[in-house]
Amino acid sequence: MWPLTAISLDIYYNELGAEPVKKIMNHFGEWTLIFICLTLSMSPLKRFTKLSIWIKLRRMLGLFVFFYASIHLLAYIGLDYRFDWQPILNDVLKKKYIFIGFSAWLLLIPLSITSSQKMMKILKNKWKILHKLIYVIAVFGSLHYIWLSKTIFFKPLIYSIIIVVLLALRIKIKNKDINYG
Amino acid sequence: MKKIKYSEITPEKIYLKRREFVKKLGFSTGSLIIGQNMIGDAFAANDNLQEKITERRYVTTYNNYYEFGTRKSDPVEKSQNFKTSPWNIAINGEVEKNITLTVDEIKSSFPIEERIYRLRCVEGWSMVIPWMGFSLKKLLEKASPNGKAKFVEFTTVFDPEQMPGQRYPILKWPYKEGLRIDEAMHPLTTIVTGLYGKELPNQNGAPLRLIVPWKYGFKSSKAIVNIKLVEKMPTSSWMQASPKEYGFYSNVNPRVDHPRWSQASERVIGSGILSERIPTTMFNGYGDQVANLYSGMDLKKNF
Repeated sequence: MWPLTAISLDIYYNELGAEPVKKIMNHFGEWTLIFICLTLSMSPLKRFTKLSIWIKLRRMLGLFVFFYASIHLLAYIGLDYRFDWQPILNDVLKKKYIFIGFSAWLLLIPLSITSSQKMMKILKNKWKILHKLIYVIAVFGSLHYIWLSKTIFFKPLIYSIIIVVLLALRIKIKNKDINYG
Repeated sequence: MKKIKYSEITPEKIYLKRREFVKKLGFSTGSLIIGQNMIGDAFAANDNLQEKITERRYVTTYNNYYEFGTRKSDPVEKSQNFKTSPWNIAINGEVEKNITLTVDEIKSSFPIEERIYRLRCVEGWSMVIPWMGFSLKKLLEKASPNGKAKFVEFTTVFDPEQMPGQRYPILKWPYKEGLRIDEAMHPLTTIVTGLYGKELPNQNGAPLRLIVPWKYGFKSSKAIVNIKLVEKMPTSSWMQASPKEYGFYSNVNPRVDHPRWSQASERVIGSGILSERIPTTMFNGYGDQVANLYSGMDLKKNF
């Protein structure tokens, strides 16, 4: 909850600077990416430490991704565009970074709905396949950040590298599975 | 937006001086945003009438000046020790006589006026800024451009020792920008020497920068060392970085979107968290003065 508290204090003390709306959007966008990275770190951590606690944490972290992504989106729709749907629709359809960001948020919905233990049991093997969508979401999220930058910026690059590394760790697991049957 | 009296937000001395300036300059009144209501009907329905000058703290702390870094706060944080004296500016190329002038020579050669223009950034935000300066035309005339001078190319200083951003290939350094000769000779095109009635701060492009109020902000080169008159259209640093996104003209145009951002509206810097975007106007509101430069041109193609 720290990200929410921090920005609320900034809003209260009027310390958001020249473009407060943009700052709020960026703040929640960045926290979404941080939580995506954290969520993706859980199964590698389990593998390295052989502790199952990480997998229990994973659900909560994943839900935080959806939570911050939704505030990020709401800030864009409500604060920046005042629910003026015409330009928003225009952006979603024509601007590739918005299109991909919005797509990532849409993909988060089924994951959040099926995040409970109960749904896990109902869906069985399908659950695992469905929740692989987080890989797509992670890639979309980092592309969203890269594409909105005017030139090669440091931060989007860092997030992309972290995400690529976290995804690469998984490819390794797969190869092992194949090798050892 | 709440109407705020002009006098409430500007120190009185500057305010009075500004009024005097408005009276003095028959032409420029039209170009002053605050003075636009004097033109009458053309702007009657325009929200510009309610615009107020952006607070100094925003103008001097929220800058795009990649020579000092890509964050908005980098210029103010990293430019304070930047040396702006001695400083020479060379005017050369297609001219009768190549000249090199010091900043002090330039400042003392022309009467410095206050010019309040709106700055519209390609990123979708705007400020209203009281610059100090004079028309570029006067400076160019000192070198007497010849018949082959069709374009003007501006070069920013290259000094990676002092400009940390230039140590990275963010853009092709030194920063280059350009104007067509008639754009450069337009009275609205301003050489800026000061801000808010004082010296130009380093983060705003000291010692000498350009302002072309009807174009996106990046067209207005900072810390200029060379002004070259040329026959062929120069390639700017941004055109080189991404030709699909940045054209040579880069006139403010709400109908031509940047591939990544809509240009239909803009956020007003300093207007607070609850204020709405305002619609962007053609040529940033200076259409009456500059539209004739582009008659017959397809501005969608020549973006």
